[in-house]
Amino acid sequence: MNILEIKNLHVSVNDKEIIKGLSLTIREGEIHALMGPNGSGKSTLSYAIMGHPRYVVTKGEILFNGQNILELKTNERAKLGLFLCFQYPLEVQGVRVTNFLRLASSNEESVVDFGKRVKENMKLLKINESFSNRYLNDGFSGGEKKVGEILQMAVLKPKIAILDEADSGLDIDALKVVANGVNNAMTTSPLGVLIITHYQRILDFIKPDFVHIVVDGKIKKSGGKELVEKLEEEGYAWAHEEIA
Amino acid sequence: MDNNSLLDIRSDYDEKFGFNVDVKTVHQTKKGFSPDVVKEISSIKNEPEWMTQFRLHALEAFLRKPMPKWGPDLSNINFDNITYYLSASKNKAKSWEDVPQEIKNTFDRLGIPESEKKFLAGVEAQFDSEVVYSKLREDLEKLGVIFCSTDQALKEHPELFKKFFATVVPSEDNKFAALNSAFWSGGSFVYVPKNVHVPIPLQAYFRINSKELGQFERTLIIADEGSRVHYIEGCSAPSYSAGSLHAAVVEVIALEGAHVRYTTLQNWSNNVYNLVTKRAFAHKNAIVEWLDANIGSRITMKFPSVYLIGENAKADMMSIAFAGHGQIQDTGAKAVHMAPNTTSSIVSKSISKGGGRTTYRGLVRVEKGCTNVKSNVRCDALLLDENSISDTIPYMAINEKKVSIGHEASVGKIGEEQLFYLMSRGLSEQEATGLIVRGFFDCFTKQLPLEYAVEFNRLIEMEMEGSVG
Repeated sequence: MNILEIKNLHVSVNDKEIIKGLSLTIREGEIHALMGPNGSGKSTLSYAIMGHPRYVVTKGEILFNGQNILELKTNERAKLGLFLCFQYPLEVQGVRVTNFLRLASSNEESVVDFGKRVKENMKLLKINESFSNRYLNDGFSGGEKKVGEILQMAVLKPKIAILDEADSGLDIDALKVVANGVNNAMTTSPLGVLIITHYQRILDFIKPDFVHIVVDGKIKKSGGKELVEKLEEEGYAWAHEEIA
Repeated sequence: MDNNSLLDIRSDYDEKFGFNVDVKTVHQTKKGFSPDVVKEISSIKNEPEWMTQFRLHALEAFLRKPMPKWGPDLSNINFDNITYYLSASKNKAKSWEDVPQEIKNTFDRLGIPESEKKFLAGVEAQFDSEVVYSKLREDLEKLGVIFCSTDQALKEHPELFKKFFATVVPSEDNKFAALNSAFWSGGSFVYVPKNVHVPIPLQAYFRINSKELGQFERTLIIADEGSRVHYIEGCSAPSYSAGSLHAAVVEVIALEGAHVRYTTLQNWSNNVYNLVTKRAFAHKNAIVEWLDANIGSRITMKFPSVYLIGENAKADMMSIAFAGHGQIQDTGAKAVHMAPNTTSSIVSKSISKGGGRTTYRGLVRVEKGCTNVKSNVRCDALLLDENSISDTIPYMAINEKKVSIGHEASVGKIGEEQLFYLMSRGLSEQEATGLIVRGFFDCFTKQLPLEYAVEFNRLIEMEMEGSVG
């Protein structure tokens, strides 16, 4: 059983504390939604989990299967099975999607099997075949970038995946494709998911088991799907007030 | 992130290329230059009188012309301390078995005979001043293709030689072209008859073995009407503390409708001054492509040029440079439009690291009356650290209004965010940097025959652990 435990985490960026004592546990097979207003620390959490050098953990722990990962480099965390679906994936000129996927995945699989698996996932995500020969995120539309991230996730088969606003800027059809990709990934291998989002919309297609509301660097409220509905009706003001 | 761990480009040079072998010298001029040295070389080569006079005339031009007043500092070149001619082999062989053992060992280590067997139409190997081996596939020989050393061409094809030699780069063109014209030795002579297509590349490999040597090869390529040829050259030298001078002249003539591609993988050791003049004439409907990669040498100054002298001629020039610690790559390209409806494209990509300096220096010139000229210049530079430098110096001289000229330039750094993104997929920092570098040069690499693409990636990159199989 894969388990990611975040315990009393404090994270600073440029000496400013953004996350102020956040705790969260994600097990494989679970879907967690993390919602909160702009600037509440949602993306900061995802960067801190992956070990971005500018996101400094000042206090607390992140454990993966009991191992403290804070001393590990980003690529070592990735090798353990952590994956971040970027809100703004970066362009890498001259590097073809298919070559990159092969480079990032383990070499145990034969080239033929690997190619087959990539193709199947591309079909599922309704990605045109020419996509695999394009340069990574170079000239991709917003939607193509998001779907590309899901493709990487599906091919790399992580154990815990964080989706940082995987829904932003997507039309309803693209949103369904992304959600379908995530749901399918969960059925094909043991995966725990943390969805970071502003909107209920994506949660209509990926059903969360747990919903957390983060305000000012802390989880203020945890519960089930009913929290989402309350948020949609009343906004974040309600969460603020209840705390006050 | 730790910059020291970034990309150990060319760290294995000493082992792979930087070796030297002990060879018996057959002829060697004493250090320094004089008219007597010129005459001695001409006499060793048994040349006709006109060539001796050509050389002596060029030597005067060399003495008369000042050093370039622009570009990198060349004041450390001591012309009196250079050996201008050194030959280690009596005869040019047509079979590797006939090449002296130590020399053959060198080319074996560099993998030349192996490549010849696998994918080349012809190979020529130059060791110090002389070509020691040259061979063209028999079927091409039967079609009338000529591929031999330039010295041999002077003897065996005197009319063709005299018709084209020094017509593209005159001996007085610039100081180093004059130097080459005075002391030239070796280099390739290629003639492709009308409408003959050479299907796979011809390759020349230039090796400097001796210390403080001047290598002055002289290459002349004539592609007759409607013909096609791809010529590739590579080079390397031992990593002595005392440097050498390489001043080549390359002349390409693409007659009507001919298509010439000239690829260079310049991999001199970091002690070589590489000062080369490369120029092509593109006649009506001809295509000339320069693919010029410079990753070695201490200082390189090289600006492959195409003079578009016939209507509808086309020039494609791609210049790739890598400058590491102590290296200056002052490179670029020139397109001179002398006829209407001609097009040129210049792409320059450079990477600087560890205090290295790259400069794109280029020229686009359109003469009056040359309407409908199209030219596009694109320069991208990538800096791997704070100490490295890149400059872009694009000259434009456009003397005609009805033309379309474009220029784009960018300077980038490998960003923390880009590294983080790639590392979040499990790539180490070094692998991620290597991937970015490889991707940056991809537009060049994908133009190379597969075997060279692999070699090129290996040259510029550390080993990619767990890389694509």
